[in-house]
Amino acid sequence: MLTESLLLSAFLFTIGVAGVLLRRNAIIIFMCIEIMLNAVNLAFIALSRYVGIEGQIFVFFVMVVAAAEAAVGLAIIIAIFRHYESVDIQNFNLLRW
Amino acid sequence: MVALPEPAAAGAGWEPFLPGWIVLLPLLGFLVNGAAALLAPGRKAIPTWVGPGVIGLSFLIVLANLVSILGAGAAEPVVRSYWTWIAAGDFEVAAALQIDRLSIVMALVVTGVSFLIHVYSVGYMGADPGYARYFAYLNLFVFFMLVLVLAANFPVLFVGWEGVGLCSYLLIGFWFQEPAKAAAGLKAFIVNRIGDFGFLVGLFMLFAYTGSLNFQQVFAAAPQAFTYGSAAITITTLFLFLGCVGKSAQIPLYVWLPDAMHGPTPVSALIHAATMVTAGVYLVARASVLFALAPFTSGLVAGVGALTALFAASIALQQFDIKRVIAYSTISQLGYMFAGVGVGAYAAGIFHLFTHAFFKALLFLAAGAVIHGLHHAWARVGKHPTEDEVQDLRNMGGLRDALPWTSWTAWAGALALAGIFPFAGFFSKDEIIWSVGARGLTILWAVLLLTAALTAFYVARWAAMTFSGETRVPGDVRRHVHEAPTVMMVPLILLAAGSLVAGWLNVAPGLPFLPGVSRFHDFLAPVFEQAEAIWLAHAGEFEHVAPVGGDEGLWAIVTLALAGGVLYAVFLRVSARRLLPAARAPEPSGFARLLYRKWYVDELYDRFIVRPVLRASDVFWRVVDQGLIDGVFVNGSGAASRAAGWALSRLQTGDVSTYVVAVLVGVLILLAAALGG
Repeated sequence: MLTESLLLSAFLFTIGVAGVLLRRNAIIIFMCIEIMLNAVNLAFIALSRYVGIEGQIFVFFVMVVAAAEAAVGLAIIIAIFRHYESVDIQNFNLLRW
Repeated sequence: MVALPEPAAAGAGWEPFLPGWIVLLPLLGFLVNGAAALLAPGRKAIPTWVGPGVIGLSFLIVLANLVSILGAGAAEPVVRSYWTWIAAGDFEVAAALQIDRLSIVMALVVTGVSFLIHVYSVGYMGADPGYARYFAYLNLFVFFMLVLVLAANFPVLFVGWEGVGLCSYLLIGFWFQEPAKAAAGLKAFIVNRIGDFGFLVGLFMLFAYTGSLNFQQVFAAAPQAFTYGSAAITITTLFLFLGCVGKSAQIPLYVWLPDAMHGPTPVSALIHAATMVTAGVYLVARASVLFALAPFTSGLVAGVGALTALFAASIALQQFDIKRVIAYSTISQLGYMFAGVGVGAYAAGIFHLFTHAFFKALLFLAAGAVIHGLHHAWARVGKHPTEDEVQDLRNMGGLRDALPWTSWTAWAGALALAGIFPFAGFFSKDEIIWSVGARGLTILWAVLLLTAALTAFYVARWAAMTFSGETRVPGDVRRHVHEAPTVMMVPLILLAAGSLVAGWLNVAPGLPFLPGVSRFHDFLAPVFEQAEAIWLAHAGEFEHVAPVGGDEGLWAIVTLALAGGVLYAVFLRVSARRLLPAARAPEPSGFARLLYRKWYVDELYDRFIVRPVLRASDVFWRVVDQGLIDGVFVNGSGAASRAAGWALSRLQTGDVSTYVVAVLVGVLILLAAALGG
C-alpha cells in the first residue's frame, strides 16, 4: 500500500515540476505548485502510518500555508495582468541586471 | 641588567662640576632662540645675548672641569647616568654622560671655538632676516655636538652624531630659497646617511659580540670578546670607520663637504671645519681599543687618511672660491688626523684636531670677513654680483691695505696650516708625519710629506691672491671695502693667538733646539693606555729613525724647509703675477684643468651613482609602482572583480523558468551528494 502511495506522490510531484518548467502561463505554473504541495501531503499521510502522527499534523500546516500562498500569489498575478494584459511569464523579465 | 658603574667608584673621588649643564645650556639656548624665531623674528636682542651667552657659560663650566681634573689628577672616566633611556630584556641604555680627559678636551674645543664663532656671527649675520632662526640652529648644533663628545655609550653618541648631521643640513641650506643651497644641504645629508648606515651596523655587531654598548663595558670586554686581528673585529671596525668616513669627509664620501660651503661662513667655520667633521677622528680615538685590535682596519684608516690628504690638497691647488680652497684643505687636514690615529698615534691625531680647530676656524672667519667687506662695498655702489663672483679669488687681490687686521690674522692661520714654526700646525702636523714614518710606512710617509708641501702651496696661493699683488677689485668698489666690525675682529684675533700658542702645549721631545713638552700627550695618556698597550704588544714600539734614515729632528727641519720654501716661493710668484679677473680668465688647461674640475669626481659620481640610482628609481616609479603595484595589483584586482561581476550577472536573466531550472539542478546535486555520501 505504501509503495503505491509513494509512487502516486512521486508521479504527482513530477507532473508539478514538469508543469512549472515547461508552461508559460503563470496561472498554470501556480496550479502546478499546488500539485507539488499536494504530492508532498500525500507522501506525509502515507508515511505517518508507519512513522507517527507528526506527518498528519504537518499536512495541516502545509494546507494552511498553501491557502495563504494561493491568496498572495493570485493577487500578484492579477496585479501583473492589469499592468501587462498578459500572464505569460516570458514577458516578466525586469528582475535582471 | 647591565649595571652602570657608580660615579664615585669610577672617579676615584673626583666629582665633575655640573656636567649636565654643559649640554643643557645650549639646548635651553635653542629653545629660547627657537621661540624667538617663531614669535618675534624681527627682534635681535634675545638671540644676540642668549645665543653666544649659553655657549660662553657652557665653556666656563668645561673650563672649570678641566681645571679640577688637572688639580685632582683624575684619570678615570666619570659616568653620570640621568635616566634609563632604553630597556629591553638584558639590554639597557641610560641617557648618560661620560666626563673623562678625552671628552673634556673635545668639549673644550667645541664650546671654545663655538663661543667665538657665535660672537662673530652677531656681526656677520646681523642683517639677515633669519637671525633668530640662525642662532637657534647654531645652539642646537652645539647641543648635539656636546652630546656626541660627552656620551657615555654608543647610542647616546649616535644621537649626537645624527643630530649634528641634521643641524649641518639645516645650516647648509639656511638660505633655502636658493635651489643650489638647498640641494647642497640635501647632498650633505644623503652622503652622511651612507656613513651612518655603516655606523649603525658597527653598533649592532659590537652589541652582538660584547653584549653592551656602554663605552667602559665595551672597551673592557673587547680584548676578551675579540681576538687580535680576527675577522669579527675587523668587520666591526670597518663598519664603524664607514661612519667616520661619511662624517669626516674622507675618500670616497668627501664630496658633500665642498658643497657645504653654501652655508653661512661662520657655519662653515664651526661645523665644516672645527667641530662636526672631526667627529670621525674622535670616534676612532674613543674606540681606540677596538681599532687597535684590528690592524687591518687601522692600516686602512691610515691609508684612506693619507690618500685623502693628498687628493684634497691637489684639488685645493686649483680652486678659485675663497671658501672652497679652505674646504678642501679641511678634508686634507682631516686626512692627516686619520693617518695619525690609524698608526696608533691617537694623542697626535687629537692634538692635530685641537690645533686645527683654531687655525681652520680662523681661516674661515677671515674669509668671512673678506666676503663681508666686499659684499658691503659692492652693495654701496649699488651692484649685486652673485655670490660666486664675490667669493672668487681672481676678483680679489691687494686687500691687505683695506683689511689690515683680517690680512694679518688670515696669514697667521695660513702659516699655522702650512706648518710653519712656531705656529700650531707645525707641532701637530709634524708629529703625525713622524708617527707614520716611525711605523715604517714609507709610502704613506712620503705622501704626507708631499701633502705638506702642497698645503704650503695652496694656502700661500690663497692668501696671496686675496691680500697681495695688484687688486682686481674695481676702483669704485675698492674705496668702500672696510674692515669688519669689532665683534667680528675680536674672535679673529683670539683665534690667531690660539693658532700661535696652541702648538706649544705639546712639543715633541725629538725636535731640536726646543724643550720637549708633552702636556697634551700626558693629559690624554690614561685614555689611550689600553689601546697603546695593544699596539705595543703586537706592532711594537715606534721606530726612532725615518724609513729612509734620519731622526725626527732632521725630518722636522726638512719638512719645515720644504713647506717654508714652497710657501715663500708661491707667495712671491702669485703676488708678482698679473692675474685676470674671473670673468676674463680662461679655464685652466692641461693638468690644472683636471684639478680645477676636482678630478671630475662629482661628474663620475653623477655618471655612475647618481644617474643610475635616479634611472633605477624612475624604473621603480613607472614600472614597479605605477605599473605593477598601481596597475596590476590595485587597479588589476578592481578590474578583475568588475569583469567577474559582469560575467556572473549574465546568469541573472530575469526569466523565471531559467531560475527554476537552476534551483532544480541545484536540488538534484545536493540530493545526489546527500545520498551518495
